[in-house]
Amino acid sequence: MTDLGERSSQVPPAGVQLGGAVLTVVEKDPKRHGRRSPLQIVGPPLGVFVVFIAAWYAYAQFGLDENGRNTALPYPHKVLTSFWDGKIGDQPWQLLSATWLTFIVALAGLVIAIFIGVTAAVLMSQARWVEDSFYPYAVFLQTVPILALVPLIGLLIGFGFTARIVVCVIISLFPIITNTLFGLKSAEKGLHELFALHNTSRRTKLLKLQLPAALPAMFTGFQISAGLSVIGAIVGGLFFGRGPKDLGNRILLYSNRLSPGELVAAIILSALLGLFFFQFFGWLGRRLTRDWHQPAG
Amino acid sequence: MSDMIDLTAVNQNVPSGALVFDGVGKIFPDGTEALQDISFTVEPGEFVTVVGPSGCGKSTLLRLASGLDHATSGTLSVDRSNIGYVFQDATLLPWRTVQDNVELIAELHNVPKGERAERAGRAIEKVGLAGFEKHHPRQLSGGMRMRVSLARSLVMSPPIFLFDEPFGALDEITREVMNEEALRLFASEKFAGLFITHSISEAVFMSTKVHVMSARPGRITTTYDIPFDYPRVPELRFDPEFARISGELSQALRGAHA
Ligand SMILES: Nc1ncnc2c1ncn2[C@@H]1O[C@H](COP(=O)(O)OP(=O)(O)OP(=O)(O)O)[C@@H](O)[C@H]1O
Ligand SMILES: [Mg+2]
Repeated sequence: MTDLGERSSQVPPAGVQLGGAVLTVVEKDPKRHGRRSPLQIVGPPLGVFVVFIAAWYAYAQFGLDENGRNTALPYPHKVLTSFWDGKIGDQPWQLLSATWLTFIVALAGLVIAIFIGVTAAVLMSQARWVEDSFYPYAVFLQTVPILALVPLIGLLIGFGFTARIVVCVIISLFPIITNTLFGLKSAEKGLHELFALHNTSRRTKLLKLQLPAALPAMFTGFQISAGLSVIGAIVGGLFFGRGPKDLGNRILLYSNRLSPGELVAAIILSALLGLFFFQFFGWLGRRLTRDWHQPAG
Repeated sequence: MSDMIDLTAVNQNVPSGALVFDGVGKIFPDGTEALQDISFTVEPGEFVTVVGPSGCGKSTLLRLASGLDHATSGTLSVDRSNIGYVFQDATLLPWRTVQDNVELIAELHNVPKGERAERAGRAIEKVGLAGFEKHHPRQLSGGMRMRVSLARSLVMSPPIFLFDEPFGALDEITREVMNEEALRLFASEKFAGLFITHSISEAVFMSTKVHVMSARPGRITTTYDIPFDYPRVPELRFDPEFARISGELSQALRGAHA
């Protein structure tokens, strides 16, 4: 009998839980975003930003702790200037070079994870026993607390680039595998039968049917993992403390030296880096599928 | 999985273009008896239609003929090396343009790029979609998608054509236009056609022969020869003889429901 496509009923993971942070992919609705002017798009978030900065100033000015001391939160402009006149001996370029190192680590980890994850999903989609044998371990990768794993990785492979990249790969593998696997199984039964009618080889069916059908789901996975990979790079650097002077490493340094301005600056750079990764893969995925894929909603 | 679908013909030593059911029966693994003792032939140049109540096994009949599923009794003689099969819905690849969708089957049969582009171009013209080559399926109406699906099957000029209620989802006028187009193709390609429909007027308009099937398990209860010559013009639908045959067919179909 044919049970083509029957396994495609699994629900794709929409977001990934990571130590309380939930990343969800929201795709743009062309109808809602199509005809709006730039001002309409930029205006509202800009308004929120202004209010946020104002609240920050107010808190930095008037916020007192329980002992009546002014809180340690620096003014926003102090944070901004700490990008170039670090008080604790960090040169202006050091924060940027730290960001660059983290970027490289996250990118390398993500590329490796995409390679391993897509390969694994393709193999799982080709034979049920492969999926049954390996999927539980993919879930294990997802459920093991990364913070508990990081010290072990440090002990096993040191505190350098390789170890950081390994953290990124582990943290970003699962969404890539599940989303790709879901996508590979998403082609309709009728399409599978069309290919079967013409004696199509597995390879041809994979290349001409399953992989193209999987593209939107794959990019959803890449996008989620892109954000995770940046987190992995920072967690790795923060935890190892030693090794390359990347963002995680700086964050540890600034917090040890009680330097909130620089700490906030580093946090902002981390968030921007994650945002950039996330947006880039969202953009790439939409671009590759824009002719035919209409996201729901 | 797909590798379990055996696509080898039951009997390859038959003259190409003929489809012969001989005492074919199908009982599904869950015990459902879908078809019982089905015997009929479709010769090249014949357009045979099967009508019957929903769930009587019409789709199953085509799945057996195409090799997507296997008979549990009787024999089926057909050369499966080149069969056109138009499903109930268009089953297009959404990421491919009209041109690339129409080329698909030729591609699966390893027809060289230049030749299949040319054949696809001709097929697209035949179904009246010239100018839409670069469109994607989502930019087309339901009727246009169905025509793309037709064109895709036409590219290999199959001697056997199976149609599973291909126009069931269309409005009446579009459906009639599609009927006329399909008949034009039938006249020019001279394939052996096996057509499934719910519509009595569609059955009479298209066919050389109509078989009426009973409710499950599907058996052929009555057969009508349709005497009109081809090419058939749209006005044929208002012919008194057309009305008489349709009436008889309708009676037989009511009997089949009982
Ligand atoms: N894989 C299957 N396993 C068990 N029973 C099946 C299977 N496929 C079809 N059937 C049963 O076989 C019978 C015939 O199904 P089939 O799809 O051929 O009907 P049909 O005549 O095409 O109906 P419709 O006009 O509604 O399309 C139905 O009763 C259906 O429930
Ligand atoms: Mg059916």
